[in-house]
Amino acid sequence: MSRLYNLTKGIIKENPIFVIVLGMCPTLATTSSAMNGLGMGLATTFVLFGSNTVISLIARFIPDKVRIPSYIVVIATFVTIVDLVMQAYTQSLYEKLGIFIPLIVVNCIVLGRAEAFASKNGVLDSVLDGIGMGLGFTFALTLLGGIREVLGNFSFFGLRVIPKDPWWSKAVFFHDPILVFILAPGAFIALAYLIAIFNRLKKN
Amino acid sequence: MAKVESNFKNMTATLLIITLVASAALGLVYQSTKDPIAAAQQAKINNAIKAVLPEFDNQPSSEAYVVKVDGGELTFYPASKGGQMVGTAVKTFTNNGFAGRIELMVGFLPDGTINKIAVIAHKETPGLGDKMEPKKSNFSVQFEGKNPETFKLKVKKDGGDVDAITASTISSRAYCDAVARAYNALKEGGKHE
Amino acid sequence: MEYLIIIIAAIFVNNVVLSQFLGICPFLGVSNKISTSAGMAGAVTFVIVLATIVTFLLQHYVLNPLGVGFMQTIVFILVIAALVQMVEIMLKKLSPALYQALGIFLPLITTNCAVLGVAILVIKKNYNLLEGVVFGASTAIGFGLALVIMAGIREQLDLANVPKGMKGVPIALLTAGILALAFMGFAGIVK
Repeated sequence: MSRLYNLTKGIIKENPIFVIVLGMCPTLATTSSAMNGLGMGLATTFVLFGSNTVISLIARFIPDKVRIPSYIVVIATFVTIVDLVMQAYTQSLYEKLGIFIPLIVVNCIVLGRAEAFASKNGVLDSVLDGIGMGLGFTFALTLLGGIREVLGNFSFFGLRVIPKDPWWSKAVFFHDPILVFILAPGAFIALAYLIAIFNRLKKN
Repeated sequence: MAKVESNFKNMTATLLIITLVASAALGLVYQSTKDPIAAAQQAKINNAIKAVLPEFDNQPSSEAYVVKVDGGELTFYPASKGGQMVGTAVKTFTNNGFAGRIELMVGFLPDGTINKIAVIAHKETPGLGDKMEPKKSNFSVQFEGKNPETFKLKVKKDGGDVDAITASTISSRAYCDAVARAYNALKEGGKHE
Repeated sequence: MEYLIIIIAAIFVNNVVLSQFLGICPFLGVSNKISTSAGMAGAVTFVIVLATIVTFLLQHYVLNPLGVGFMQTIVFILVIAALVQMVEIMLKKLSPALYQALGIFLPLITTNCAVLGVAILVIKKNYNLLEGVVFGASTAIGFGLALVIMAGIREQLDLANVPKGMKGVPIALLTAGILALAFMGFAGIVK
């Protein structure tokens, strides 16, 4: 029961984006499409999984005062692995996410889970926690990316969702998508309303 | 399992071990991804060359040569079929994009006519400037079959012949700048000597 | 002229917070009051400039000659963490007054992605050292500008009647979105 909870809590109840509000930079920057959000989410999930596993294993051998630098080295190692592997095998996605891949290292979620969870719990729980938090992050990013892509480009994962030609689609949706949602301001605005909706749902 | 004490010796040893293990692991990953990364980059260039030139049967990337221009380098990829020159692909760039550097591959026929243009790398705004990508809009089509001798590589706003992407004059200008850079270098004896 | 372009682009056109999305956490976290956000901006400027110089030298005189460019992320983040610690210790000794003013912000800066972001961007954009420092400093000024404007608005917002669900983070994000719209007006100033 509690094992399962460690895996699922990150997805809704303690969702890192909507509830804890951590790791805002990549959330806003890489969600101009659902695909980019998904890619960024999965890259972060891998780092969370790796760092949580290793840190839960070595935490008790690490003197308290060098705790944080040690964790940072572990996290940075996994980030670099993701960086190199993506560069080799998923180049176009790698180029779109750009600088935000190395910046996973300063994503507060990763260090936060290392410090708050992995250093105090066993391997299995830490692995589940890492994957769960990662999936919650991925879910949030894909949702935000999807909303922005649909509003700003009339497409979802690159497929057009609102037909171009029939008269009714022009009458209802006008000619052009609401471009601003793909640009920087749209990121802030879409996320603001998503969190507000989440707040509202949480209360009920 | 008492917690390890935070004395100087322990702290130094811990950090040293962690850093060593991390570097070793990374070295390993780097070694094993080095070739795929190089191959992926090469494949991208080769695909771009193929996309912008008529059919050829040589290996343009192994005959490539570099021409220095103002502010950087252009790479020329000569293509031939049955020993006959069919065109040159030029990897060109501009730093004037809306979001910085843009890299294009421009395919020229032997007489200097533009065959096709592909985008190698850019960071332009999705939905606006990224319409320069051939699959996103037909902006790049207007260059095809035009000879810059007579076709002025400037947006109409600046007195040229190019229809700019709606609401993306800066990206369009930068695009023209990159193409013009390639053409000028080609004209000024970008020939292989 | 080159430098002027770098400065204006980094402060207004590609504002680090409002269009590059770097340093969002402190932007949302400490933009409640003008005075604290000015303090944070000062501390960030200091660390960014210092970090840019050190990481630049490390990249070009240690990592590249050794052929271990892939260690960039790991080395940079350690350098930044160490720098922040050092600045903290030195400030405490040398200028207690300044330490009082900036002290509480310093530990937060390690995880400010603007610092690591600038360090990596300087390498990526192939700047030389002076350009790098100018770029770093103007990025930090852009960060400060966004932070102080935001704080000014949020001080007013406290008096407004915000719907319940929008209180806190959502209204801050919405404000940031409108600010970002305003900053888009700067696009095209440079070229």
